[in-house]
Amino acid sequence: MSNEDIQKGLAEIVEEVAGVAADDVTTEKSFVDDLDIDSLSMVEIAVQAEDKFGVKIPDDELANLKTVGDAVNYISANA
Amino acid sequence: MTKNVEVVITGLGATTPLGGDVPTTWDALLAGRSGVAPLTEDWVERFDLPVRIAARLAVEPTDVLPRVEARRLDRAEQVALIASRQAWEDAGLTEDSVDKERLAVVIGTGIGGVTTLLDYDDLLESSGVRKVTPLIVPMLMPNGPAAHVGLEFKARAGVHAPVSACASGAEALAWAYRMIRDGEADVVVAGGAEASIAAITMAGFAQARTMSTRNDAPQQASRPFDTGRDGFVLGEGAGIVVLERADFAAARGARVYAKLAGIGTSADGHHITAADPEGLGQGRAVAAALRTAGLSGSDVNHVNCHATSTPVGDVIEPRAIRRAVGDHPVLTAPKGSLGHLLGAAGAVESIITVLSIRDGVLPQTLNLEEQDPAVDFDVVSGEPRKMEVTAAVNNSFGFGGHNVALAFTPA
Repeated sequence: MSNEDIQKGLAEIVEEVAGVAADDVTTEKSFVDDLDIDSLSMVEIAVQAEDKFGVKIPDDELANLKTVGDAVNYISANA
Repeated sequence: MTKNVEVVITGLGATTPLGGDVPTTWDALLAGRSGVAPLTEDWVERFDLPVRIAARLAVEPTDVLPRVEARRLDRAEQVALIASRQAWEDAGLTEDSVDKERLAVVIGTGIGGVTTLLDYDDLLESSGVRKVTPLIVPMLMPNGPAAHVGLEFKARAGVHAPVSACASGAEALAWAYRMIRDGEADVVVAGGAEASIAAITMAGFAQARTMSTRNDAPQQASRPFDTGRDGFVLGEGAGIVVLERADFAAARGARVYAKLAGIGTSADGHHITAADPEGLGQGRAVAAALRTAGLSGSDVNHVNCHATSTPVGDVIEPRAIRRAVGDHPVLTAPKGSLGHLLGAAGAVESIITVLSIRDGVLPQTLNLEEQDPAVDFDVVSGEPRKMEVTAAVNNSFGFGGHNVALAFTPA
């Protein structure tokens, strides 16, 4: 799966969970500072991403995923 | 002196089995419509429930709220938020109308987020811990409706959630009255929210033999004070009012519907579910409401009754009214149309009482065809009755022996 596909899939999850328009979920955006996603929603997004991409995202890794790009890279490397 | 503080009602909001807002609910009530219908959920058949009817909301909350907002809220929280936004707008309040540290929220519920709890327990059993939403605790906690509405308006004088079963909504108004009287807040958004129609609650109330089993005639099932009554019908919804210190409301030029002139609360100390047969506790609550309002029994010409359509309960309340007010007030019981909204009932019925004062009309008690001779009062039936209300009392009583009476007077 290409990074572009991962980003697109992740954007769909973020839109579903947090109501952020998928087009706004771009790699440089910070989940907390730019997309206004709280820690509870991040847990939901991580669970859905695990299912969608067949990847494990432990809590200590999740804490490091500050931007959409961080998440795309992590999923790409671990899926 | 705080004892001279007057509390007025300036905004109303509701979503009920009769309508998605206050005007449609009021119109449907006066038109004699029933909010009761057969339940269509699969669990009715699966568990072969003895009670197969309920008063579902007329308008689905998810048709009103944005999708993402709705998915973070339990159904009771959804209806609380919908009704609160209506009440806030109806009161003409804006971002700058009131100092947030002088703004409070008091919203009660009988049962809280029970459908969320059940749904996620099923999901936990079937799919494991990862499927449990991290939002579940704020969704199922009984202070959730109050907390979400508090956040909505950034209320910082206090956010409270009285829990007293079917008296919760009325107790919220009593609490709001005390906060304003005691100088803790200038404006309070107060009421009740309930959304607990589920197999387990239907089974439990049915096992307690408190519900109507008139499954073949849902719209005739809730019949307060009628000789043919056989139990209440479970409903859902929310009622929210905006209460203000009278001089604060006057200073901002707010329209006033009515005054919340006095409040009375008491406890039976008798039985966990059954009311004291003589209605002593209920009567003490009504007497206290009149006392705090500075009213005598002869001032009150209308009582909006708790009467839920149970064989036992409906004959106790009139004894309490007779003792505390006299035998002259004209009664009505809106649960004939609405069903029993549990923790929202007292708030929705307070709104109805307020509208009776505003419009000079008492809604009929739906399905009251042959009045129980033990209810020796003039009860409105058949059609609405035009009557200028001088002072009215709204009663609410809950499992646990909680009694709340609210006294309203014209603006």
